[in-house]
Amino acid sequence: MLAITIIILGVSFILYTVLGGADYGAGIIETFAGRRAEKTISKAIAPVWEANHVWLILAIVILFTGFPKIYATISTALHIPLMVVLIGIVLRGTSFTFRHYDVSHDFTHKYYTVLFRVSSFVTPFFLGITLGAMIFGNITTDPDSGGFYEHFILPWLNWFCITMGVFSTSLFGYIAAVFMIGEAGYEIEQQKYVRYAKRLLLLSIGIGILVFLVAEGQGHHLVKLFFKSSLSIVCLSVVVLLIPLIYYLFNHPNILYLRAAVAVQIAAIMAGWFAIQFPVMINEKNGAHLTFYNTQAPPETFYQLLIALFVGLVLIIPAFYFLFKVFKKTKD
Amino acid sequence: MDDLIAARMQMAVSLGFHIVFACIGMTMPILMAFSEWKWLRTKKQEYLDVAKAWSKGVAIFFAVGAVSGTVLSFELGLLFPGFMEHAGPIIGMPFSWEGTAFFIEAIALGIFLYGWNKLNRWVHWMSGVVVGISGVLSGIFVVSANAWMNSPAGFTWQNGRPINIDPVAAMFNSAWLSQAIHMSLAAFVSTAFAVAGVHAYLLVKDRNNLFHRTAVKMALSFGAIAALLQPISGDFSAKDIAQRQPAKLAALESLYKTSKPADLVIGGIPNDTEERVDYALHIPGFLSFLAHGNFEAEVTGLDKFPKDERPPVLITHIAFQVMVGIGMLLALTSLLFLVFSKWRRRTLSRKWWLSFIALLTPMGFIAVEAGWVVTEVGRQPWIIYGVMKTKDAVSRMPGLQYSFYTISAVYLLLTLIIIWMMRRQIATVKTNYPSASLNQ
Repeated sequence: MLAITIIILGVSFILYTVLGGADYGAGIIETFAGRRAEKTISKAIAPVWEANHVWLILAIVILFTGFPKIYATISTALHIPLMVVLIGIVLRGTSFTFRHYDVSHDFTHKYYTVLFRVSSFVTPFFLGITLGAMIFGNITTDPDSGGFYEHFILPWLNWFCITMGVFSTSLFGYIAAVFMIGEAGYEIEQQKYVRYAKRLLLLSIGIGILVFLVAEGQGHHLVKLFFKSSLSIVCLSVVVLLIPLIYYLFNHPNILYLRAAVAVQIAAIMAGWFAIQFPVMINEKNGAHLTFYNTQAPPETFYQLLIALFVGLVLIIPAFYFLFKVFKKTKD
Repeated sequence: MDDLIAARMQMAVSLGFHIVFACIGMTMPILMAFSEWKWLRTKKQEYLDVAKAWSKGVAIFFAVGAVSGTVLSFELGLLFPGFMEHAGPIIGMPFSWEGTAFFIEAIALGIFLYGWNKLNRWVHWMSGVVVGISGVLSGIFVVSANAWMNSPAGFTWQNGRPINIDPVAAMFNSAWLSQAIHMSLAAFVSTAFAVAGVHAYLLVKDRNNLFHRTAVKMALSFGAIAALLQPISGDFSAKDIAQRQPAKLAALESLYKTSKPADLVIGGIPNDTEERVDYALHIPGFLSFLAHGNFEAEVTGLDKFPKDERPPVLITHIAFQVMVGIGMLLALTSLLFLVFSKWRRRTLSRKWWLSFIALLTPMGFIAVEAGWVVTEVGRQPWIIYGVMKTKDAVSRMPGLQYSFYTISAVYLLLTLIIIWMMRRQIATVKTNYPSASLNQ
């Protein structure tokens, strides 16, 4: 039961990265793509963004139900970046909706747009910081050692976490650019998103390498951990091998194959990331680890959680399929 | 500001903000689907127009509800990690069901809002019905988790942590049914009266407008039924609280001394130092009757609880009076509405009646907020009644007041924008909907 729950948790994170990432990234590339892109982007994400973000809620619920100690530790030590993420989520969702539904295109439109774009950058950046801080090993749970900085600032304010933040922002931009290739109305617009996707892919690769270098520089030996896990090596191979294929698909766009290839690539990045430290979720400063095993809830909880998740997925997956089908069909 | 107070205030602001949108998200889809159903049956343009206009409002409110709900799922841990660390495995089950229901609601709403011209009409209508059902269900699941805090069940507390966890027993704790019914009805009443109020206000200025008349009639009919059922549910809740949480009942009634029989105290200002209620109206024996169904029964007072286990009396008492007062007002209004609908239809389009309905617009929501103050403040100092105190669950992060200020500022800004946006939406009704220009 524990294994299935961990898999569902991982899948929720992956789906949130792919689907939610496309939403965040849409706000990021809109900043560069200018006025005309705004319409295409709004139209593409309006029907789906709320449903996409429920994956995050699902992951959080699994975390606090199944692994309460992990949830409690993250929300204490990473209170500040998480508050920023939350305010980002609120401002982003509301400003997007307000922009989409407000009756006229007057001065308000400009404010909504600024708010939407800024929060589209800030939120993934701090999500990346949070993810980085969980494993970086600066989290202190002993209330008697250290002050405010040691407990609530240093765990996440360091070069490794910042690089992680930049990486996730760049990755989300890449996902969105790929998503938008299929949403663009005409050839020239499509070419523009292809250019963005290519650049953001290169950027993400660069920053991805940087993440490992910075980790080494800060004394967190990710590379060594990486080569210990065969799953992460497989995942990395998938990520790398997909690059030429994706490049080919950029130049000969087949929307379905391209999206599938990128989704697999993102899934491999996330899975590889989990595999590097599995089963550890949080590294503490004193060398202790919080793992899936030493924080798990009693079996009765997992049993009930899985029933809810199973029924949920049986209902949600066809509903999602229907939602996407209805809106993709009308485009052709 | 004390960190515990800051954390509680932030939770109160976040919940108080979210609950308005949650109520709307539970109720509006039902109204919207009902209007669409009327259109499918009668083919009258006004029903389609109303359904479309309402669905635009739902889109905006739902988005705010979704993001403010996400905030809450994090805030439980950000503010009260000590609570979630122990309660998560026990009450995670209703939350995971809630997640499922909310997921389906979000998907179905996407289909409903963007599928007007893309789907078979009945399939489209069904998607609206699904939004309504899953909205109400997700509300009920969340309330069940809250009910557990009032009536903890499904575990044994040993050495500061829970053992023998039974999530099913926790979810179906003895408070969940009465709370779920009371909250669902409250959502229906508050939203329906607010919708009717806004349309009635516009109708005062344009008395025969078909669009607004149709909207008022539908919203008020729905709200009236719920408002008449609510006092029954309230009575059920009061008897329930008398059994389970006597300290809460004593606080909301300001009953300082255990009495037999006990008077019902209406209004007044509780005076904690003198342990009496000033300027209040007393109805002899009536509290005994409301709490235990017997005019002679003994009702437990605050004196049976140590001073540090008593909820704040003043806030709980006033909030309770506000909730009950408004509930009664809306129930009486509903009774009048039904009487007029049957025997004096012309009164329903009189100016005084429409103005009165317009004045009631915010009342339901004020009652909902007051009701949450009653249940949350009335449970203090406990976060899990009788098991864990709120002060032992709060985050050890210092300076929580800055989180509180930030969230409050963001929500205040959003509230202002939404009010302003709704006014702009309303101003365009005439140009967007054909029936809004018809006078019949």
